[in-house]
Amino acid sequence: MRKLGAVAATGVVLALGLAAWTRQPPPPAQGGGTISGKVKFTGTKPAMPKIDMTEEPKCKAKYTAAPPTDEAVIVNANGTLADVFVYVKSGLPASYTAPAPAGPVTLDQDGCRYHPHVLGILVGQALAIKNSDGILHNIKAKAKANRPFNISQPTVMTSSKTFDKPEVMVALECNVHGWMHAWLGVLPHPFFGVSGADGSFTLKGLPPGTYTIEAWHEKYGAQTATVTVAGSETKTADFSFAGK
Amino acid sequence: MTERALMLRVALVVAAGTVPLPAPRSLAAQDTTAGKSVYVKWCAGCHGDAGAGDGAAAAYMLPRPRNFTGGLYKIRTTASGQLPTDADLERAIDNGLPGSAMPGWKGRLSDAERRSVLAYIKTFSSFFADTSQHVVPLKFSSPPGGGTGADALQVGRQFYDSIGCRKCHGDQGRGDGPSAPTLKDDADFPIFAADLHQNWRFRGGGSVEDIYRRLRTGLDGTPMPSFADLIDQKFLTDQELWRLAQYVRSLSPAAPPEVRDVVHAPQIPGTVPASPDDSTWARVARYWFPLVGQVIHKSRWFTPAVSGVWVQAVHDGKTLALRVSWDDRTESPDTAWLKFEQRILQTVAGDDSASPPPQAEPWPDQLAVQFPRRLPEGSGGMERPYFLMGGATDPVYQWRWTSRPRHAFAGLARGIERFDTLPGAPAGQATHDRGEWRLVLTRALATPDTANEVQLEAGRAIPLAFFAWDGSSGEHGSRMAVSTWYFLALDRPTPPGVFISPVLAMLVTLGLGLVVVRRAQRRGARHLS
Repeated sequence: MRKLGAVAATGVVLALGLAAWTRQPPPPAQGGGTISGKVKFTGTKPAMPKIDMTEEPKCKAKYTAAPPTDEAVIVNANGTLADVFVYVKSGLPASYTAPAPAGPVTLDQDGCRYHPHVLGILVGQALAIKNSDGILHNIKAKAKANRPFNISQPTVMTSSKTFDKPEVMVALECNVHGWMHAWLGVLPHPFFGVSGADGSFTLKGLPPGTYTIEAWHEKYGAQTATVTVAGSETKTADFSFAGK
Repeated sequence: MTERALMLRVALVVAAGTVPLPAPRSLAAQDTTAGKSVYVKWCAGCHGDAGAGDGAAAAYMLPRPRNFTGGLYKIRTTASGQLPTDADLERAIDNGLPGSAMPGWKGRLSDAERRSVLAYIKTFSSFFADTSQHVVPLKFSSPPGGGTGADALQVGRQFYDSIGCRKCHGDQGRGDGPSAPTLKDDADFPIFAADLHQNWRFRGGGSVEDIYRRLRTGLDGTPMPSFADLIDQKFLTDQELWRLAQYVRSLSPAAPPEVRDVVHAPQIPGTVPASPDDSTWARVARYWFPLVGQVIHKSRWFTPAVSGVWVQAVHDGKTLALRVSWDDRTESPDTAWLKFEQRILQTVAGDDSASPPPQAEPWPDQLAVQFPRRLPEGSGGMERPYFLMGGATDPVYQWRWTSRPRHAFAGLARGIERFDTLPGAPAGQATHDRGEWRLVLTRALATPDTANEVQLEAGRAIPLAFFAWDGSSGEHGSRMAVSTWYFLALDRPTPPGVFISPVLAMLVTLGLGLVVVRRAQRRGARHLS
């Protein structure tokens, strides 16, 4: 009798455990919804000032074709705007938990510029800060919601940093080279992208829902759009920024 | 349970509820109230009511008062980006921050007041209440010995170059590196790379230990990064970081310069050196005179770029040579610094913050040495003209020098506004060398214009004062650094008698002594016989 009771109890515990486990939010559906779009640019394309790298011959030598220019506004050949950070600002279910980050995100200092200029990262994900130049850079994160940092890299090396809280955007800069700026979006989910050389972005694997999507640009500010996705459908959200 | 027992229990519970027990929560609230009243009275004028570093006086300051809302502090014992410990904040409150407007409050506020205000300033940032913040002071090693030896300093210098200190602090450490004119802090205010020759003005203290700690922790909110990772990544050893700190320490004098009232000008054989780099100067004592902002007349200037001048003087019986050297990052005007000048003028208010800030202009650097027209009469006569360039009826005699055009001239000042050039001028020779001006002004001790030009008589206390302008900081006119009156004394050549008389006196004493002893011995001998 006692034995039977024990077996039954074990069964109940197992069943409860299974029930609890199946009630966990499912990992983002392999398919899921997709939001993609383009960031157009209208108006006059601003002239970006040339960067004088005379002080750093090693960096200057890397620009043989054309002298480096400021990266604040990059208008693509097809009339779209690059380096716009597009992300899900709100709309995810409260129970949503992000998958563990696959690996570090790399920010490279090469030719006295940051590569990429705009990037996203998950809360808790490692940011690998690489100095490929082999000359002194300091890297300062002017975080507000997170604690900031300012570290020195006088040689070829990689440092690792993480951010505890969501923050859009964290300004990164080098004070040795006043022209070096990068922008980092720290998010609690992987639904972010940066418009590329064709001005397009794609946010994949979204659970069904209605989302506020924000497109952020360092010079032209932020715009939002509301998009509803269901199942594995693909919705379009285009943005347009005007030169001032 | 009987009814009686129940009643007793209820009574006990009620009693317990009404007994005034010390509640920790209300105590904490009391602490903040006490801290707030201290803060409002003593701190808010600069740091602002809400701790945002925007009090009424803030606009006149550079560096600006700390904005407490970000929980970001320069001087800490914690890693880059971490909150400071209570001990870190206590040190800043107690001792102040040298080189800034922040005074030390130990002795002005009671222990309880300082503790309560410390607790209060932490309430301005939510980070201090965030229990996930790890506030852990770093473990610091002790400095290795031999830190002042040539070998140690050479190692330090090697890392000064290899980790790029010179990029901001310059080749000689005077804050004139190529990146210096582009520097800003996290609030976008212009910030100077520290002049490493003036360790008594370092915010976090000027000892080797202080410098080492700043290298480990960095100065949060400023361009100065932490170099701690370099030890972890084996780019340098802890000992080598100490050597760097020891090298930086070696750039400043062993002790903070003492302010003495009188510049002694020894008389030298031959003629006085007219060049600032003449070897004679290495053998002449130098005197430090601190300068402060001109805050009496409009437009006032609360952030003078030149914090003091080193002065040396010699004469040869006919001519005086006065060597003035001071740290100045730029040979103004310097186009590389024009944007920085503009940012200073936008940041630092003059008198009327409502008026638009002046435009940056290519002002030269300037220096003025001030004397009365005539030496005070009589033995007790110490009356001097108004130190701030005299007055309409009581002018002062000044030597002035400008970097562009590079020349020296003399004249009478009648207040800040009026300067009338005199025909006679001192000769001037100047060098700007990696963040330092070295200027020699020479003039005959006696001149024909005895009414207007001070006659430099040996053996007299000759009043003198100094003024300095850094053009690249937007300084010109009344925006300048000023000193009070000091004295110049031209030493007379020592007459030979001074050396001979004591020797003669000693010989006479010795002779007389011998006579006395001899006589006493003879007398003693007679008694015995």
